[in-house]
Amino acid sequence: MSQIAPTEIALPEIAPPEIALTLGPVFFHWSADRLLDFYRRIADEAPIERVHVGEVVCGKRMPFSDPVWPAVIERLERGGKQVVLSTLAAPATVRERKGLEDICGDERLVEINDVSGLPSRSGKIFVTGPFLNVYNEASARFLIQLGARTICPPVELSFAAIGAMSLKCPEAEFEIFAFGRLPLALSGRCYHARIHGLHKDSCQFTCERDPDGLAVDTLDDQQFLAVNGVQTLSNQVQAFCPAPDALASKAIRRLRLSPQACDMVEAARIYRRLADGRDEPEDARFSLSCLDLPGTLVDGYAYAKPGWQVTVTA
Amino acid sequence: MKARMELVCPAGTPATLRAAVQAGADAVYCGFRDETNARNFPGLNFSPNELAEGVRFAHDHGSKVLVAINTFARVDDVDIWKKAADAAVKSGADAIIAADFAVLDHVARNHKQIRLHLSVQAAAATPEAIGFYAAHFGIRRVVLPRILSLQEIAALNRAIGVETEAFVFGGLCVMIEGRCYLSSYATGKSPNLNGVCSPPEMVSYDEEPSGTTARLSGFTIDRYARGQPVGYPTLCKGKFKAGGKTSHLFEDPVSLNAGGMIAGLKAAGVTALKIEGRQRGKGYVSEVVRAFRKAVDAVEQGGDAVDIDRLLAGQSEGARQTAGAYEKKWR
Repeated sequence: MSQIAPTEIALPEIAPPEIALTLGPVFFHWSADRLLDFYRRIADEAPIERVHVGEVVCGKRMPFSDPVWPAVIERLERGGKQVVLSTLAAPATVRERKGLEDICGDERLVEINDVSGLPSRSGKIFVTGPFLNVYNEASARFLIQLGARTICPPVELSFAAIGAMSLKCPEAEFEIFAFGRLPLALSGRCYHARIHGLHKDSCQFTCERDPDGLAVDTLDDQQFLAVNGVQTLSNQVQAFCPAPDALASKAIRRLRLSPQACDMVEAARIYRRLADGRDEPEDARFSLSCLDLPGTLVDGYAYAKPGWQVTVTA
Repeated sequence: MKARMELVCPAGTPATLRAAVQAGADAVYCGFRDETNARNFPGLNFSPNELAEGVRFAHDHGSKVLVAINTFARVDDVDIWKKAADAAVKSGADAIIAADFAVLDHVARNHKQIRLHLSVQAAAATPEAIGFYAAHFGIRRVVLPRILSLQEIAALNRAIGVETEAFVFGGLCVMIEGRCYLSSYATGKSPNLNGVCSPPEMVSYDEEPSGTTARLSGFTIDRYARGQPVGYPTLCKGKFKAGGKTSHLFEDPVSLNAGGMIAGLKAAGVTALKIEGRQRGKGYVSEVVRAFRKAVDAVEQGGDAVDIDRLLAGQSEGARQTAGAYEKKWR
C-alpha cells in the first residue's frame, strides 16, 4: 500500500475568478472540422478558464478526432485556457489502454474517468471526472492522496452531498456538473449500432448523425433519454444555476458546462454572469432556456430529487 | 489440472442461505438489512446475528459465506459502511465484497485477515484497474463486469494475479454496473446510492383501452396487450421510441443464462461462477443451485455439452434468455 507523494507539476498561471468555469469534454461524435471550429470559438470568445479535450465515450472514434487535438490544444493555450486531457470512461482494447497510459504521462492536467488510469497517473496531479465513483469524503481523501486536485463527482449526487465533501476535503476543488445532457450510463453495447441493425464491431459510426445524441422517447411520447453510441444520457438538459453565495458557503469553486450543439459561448457567458453575481439565478435560467437546446431544463439531481425534475422554473 | 470451479449462490434470507448450502453451493453471498448492499429490498437480508448463525451453518456444511457491502457510502455516514464491514468480520464470514474505495480501504487497513472481493459494482475490466485494486487493497478476487466476452476474460486472466468470478445466471444488467444512474434519473433512487434499481414503490400498472401500461415514476416503460403476460418495468428492459423505431432499445426483457458457457469460462481461467438473485425465494434458489451444481460437476468431469444443457433446461421460468456479452455478437 505504498503511497507516492504527488509532485506538483507546472501549470499555466491563471488567476482564477472566485468561481471558475470548466468546459467538459465533448461526449458526441463530432467531425474533425466541427471540433476545430468549436474549440476555435471557445479559445477566442468563451469566458471559461479550463477546457477539457479528448474522447471519453468510445475508443473507436479516436482515429477521427486524435489528429485535431494538437492544434486544438495549441489554440486553447494560446487563448489563455488551461487544457485538461480527458480520458476514456471504459477503456477496453489494448490500443485504448495504451493510449490511456500515454495520456496519463502528459505534463498537462489529465481527467481520470476510469480506475484503469490511476496506476499510470498516481503521483501526478489529476482531475476525477463524473464517471469515477466518488460518493463520500473517505473516497475523495483516498484519491487526493494519489494526486486528485479537482473532483467532479457522479451526476446523481446532490449539491448538499458534494458540498459536504467539499467542506471536509479542502485539499481538492469540487466541481459540479452544471450544464448539459446528463451522462447516465455506459454499456458494452452500442445503441446507435443496435438501432441501425448493426453490431458495435461494424458500427459505421452512425452516432455522427446526432451531434446532441439521439432522443429516446417513451411509448407515450414522453421525452426521457438520449443515446450516444455506448452512452445513455438524459433527454433533458441539466441547468443547475446556483447563486454564487450558495457555492461559496460550500467552498465549491467550479462549475462544469458540458458541450452541446447549441451556442456554448453564449452558455458560458450566461454562467459567467451568474457566477460573478451580475445575473440572478432566474435570469440565468431564462437565458439558458432561450438557447437552442435538445431538451427542457432540469435540476432535480442538485436537490436530491429525481434527475428529470425541475425544482425552479425559468 | 486447474482447481475445481466454485459455485457462488445468492441468499436473501437465512432460510435461503440454508437452502443454497444444502443444494450444493460452494459459497453463498448475502448482505445486511440496510443500504450497505445492492439488494436493499423490504423483507430481505440479514441482521448481524442472523449472519453469524448463517456462517456457522454454512461452515458446518463445508460452504463459505461472502458478505456484500457493495453500495457507495453516503457522505457523512461512512461509519455505517465501516461498521457493516466490522460486523461481517465478526460473524466469521469468509470474504467481503465491496466496491467503494472507502469500504475497501477500511477493510484493507483494519481487517487484514479477511479476503476482499471486488464487487461488480466497481466495474473493473482491465488489468490496470484490477491491478490497482490488488496493489492498494489486496483484493483476492474480482467479480467481472458483464460486458466481457469469453476471449476477453481469458486474456484478462492471463494478465492479472487475482481470481475472477463471472455471472452465469439471473438478472442481466445491460449497462456497466456501478456506473448507471438511469434509476435515480427517473425515481431518485439508484443502485449506488440506495442499493435499489427501478424501485417497486415507483411502479404502476395502469389498465388502459390498449392494454396494461407499466410505468416507472410516471414514465411509460412498456405496454402489454390484453392477455399478454405483464413484466416488471425495469428501466433498461423497456420499450422506447428512437430514430423512428419502437423497440426494446437497450435490451430485450431477457435474463442471463450462461449455463452453456461453463466449460468456456473454465477454459478462460475463471475461478468462480455466480448466480444472481438475492431477491429470489428459497424454492427458486434451491432449484437453480441444484441444476448448476450438476452442470458444474459435469463440466469438471469432462461431461458432454448437450447433457449439460439438458441439466439446465427448465430454469428459464418461461422467460427468454441470453448468454449476454460472453458472445461477442451481443454488442
